[in-house]
Amino acid sequence: MGMKTPLHDSHVAAGARIVDFGGWDMPLHYGSQLEEHHAVRRKAGVFDVSHMTVVDVSGSDAEAYLRRLLANDVAKLTKPGKALYSCMLNERGGVVDDLITYYLGPERYRVVVNASTRDKDLQWMERHTAGYEVEVVERSELAMLAVQGPEARQLAAHVIDDEWRDAALALKPFFGPELCLQFVVPTGYTGEAGSDINAPADDAVDAWASCLAAGISPCGLGARDTLRLEAGMNLYGNDMDEDTSPLEAGLGWTIAWEPDDRDFVGREALAAKRDDPKRRRFAGLLLEGKGVLRGHMRVIVDGAGEGEVTSGGFSPTLERSIAMARLPAGDYERAKVEIRKDLRDARVVGLPFVRKGKPQIEL
Amino acid sequence: MSELPGDLLYTSEHEWLRREDDGSVTVGITDHAQNALGDLVYVELPEVGQVVEAGGEMAVVESVKAASDVYAPISGEVVEVNDVLADDPERINADPYGDGWIVRMQPAGEDGETMTPDEYQAFLDDLED
Repeated sequence: MGMKTPLHDSHVAAGARIVDFGGWDMPLHYGSQLEEHHAVRRKAGVFDVSHMTVVDVSGSDAEAYLRRLLANDVAKLTKPGKALYSCMLNERGGVVDDLITYYLGPERYRVVVNASTRDKDLQWMERHTAGYEVEVVERSELAMLAVQGPEARQLAAHVIDDEWRDAALALKPFFGPELCLQFVVPTGYTGEAGSDINAPADDAVDAWASCLAAGISPCGLGARDTLRLEAGMNLYGNDMDEDTSPLEAGLGWTIAWEPDDRDFVGREALAAKRDDPKRRRFAGLLLEGKGVLRGHMRVIVDGAGEGEVTSGGFSPTLERSIAMARLPAGDYERAKVEIRKDLRDARVVGLPFVRKGKPQIEL
Repeated sequence: MSELPGDLLYTSEHEWLRREDDGSVTVGITDHAQNALGDLVYVELPEVGQVVEAGGEMAVVESVKAASDVYAPISGEVVEVNDVLADDPERINADPYGDGWIVRMQPAGEDGETMTPDEYQAFLDDLED
């Protein structure tokens, strides 16, 4: 028996197929993963992401602490409710974890890290508080819902009270009663817009039920994975880890090099790799024929060397197999992937594959 | 879980077989198998005329989640494949014992081990414990 989120009974009632996910009993799908995927691209879906670890960082040095801890710069966050995606690096420039930081208000931030890395993340964050006036507190009592899709914000606005709806629709963060928060998400983990809801257990159960009543489809981890793959969003442990720098994982855009006197953990090691001409390339692969690309498959590039698929699968939107891969340095547009001892042709493409419902590459 | 068709035999790899009147054997994967795999997105079929040994890899079914080998439940020659699956693999999800059949074989040589519906049901019940 694994750990259960406050929404577990709601999942079972909705017909979920429950699987173990890093010690958590989580819904894989509620009947059809493909239908859930399309619901998010075309209308709206709601995911239970309560297994993720919520950590509040507060105190007079909260900003300075996070500017030291994270490769992206939380000084960019000036409006309450705004969020920033970042990597937390080790001294070697490898990724300890990737995370989202929400700005709650002066001296108050909320950080959401991966469930699978909870223990090491909390230790890492605690260890780096030395010298800072800051408090790092896990908020395990909070449940989290992610509502995503072109109609997500409009439909989710109706699951909360009228007086708050206008604020949510006006692109402003919504602050409900104590602890109940809703954040506007311009582009979520699925590549669609939406909102993130943080709430205590009872309120989360109500919010989930309201979402379903509003016509938002319950979606499991299966659809979450195919959606994030299409959206070119990295999955920690697959696409990057402690031995991979963000530069080799397509996450260069999340590193805030300016101002150049901001001394974040891992900066020195990362700077040394910045202009390395042999640095491995991170790109998308589109399989030309039939078949399905999967993680760890070998990729061969004529004249350049070998690489590996880091995440792969079937794209329900493109109806083709797609992947993210770490590849040898070089400028090329074609590769071969070994599928069951057979070499198959693939095109090397930019990421993402799909964003806001629209294909971003030519088939 | 729905009731298992009574006129089929089953394997521990979650395949089903039906002995046809002309002596050939139709093969597919069970409802349990398609349910465990989730939505199917690709089926790699063998060539007609291919000769396979019982227990050998014969086809591959890939779902949104994973790839899974389909093993030949008997030895023999592939005499027909369900070509429709190439464009519509979800037929296996929709109708695993009917439209979602995978190959038809002409038996030759040794058969693999099979189970009756009751035996397979007991096998499934054991898996769930």
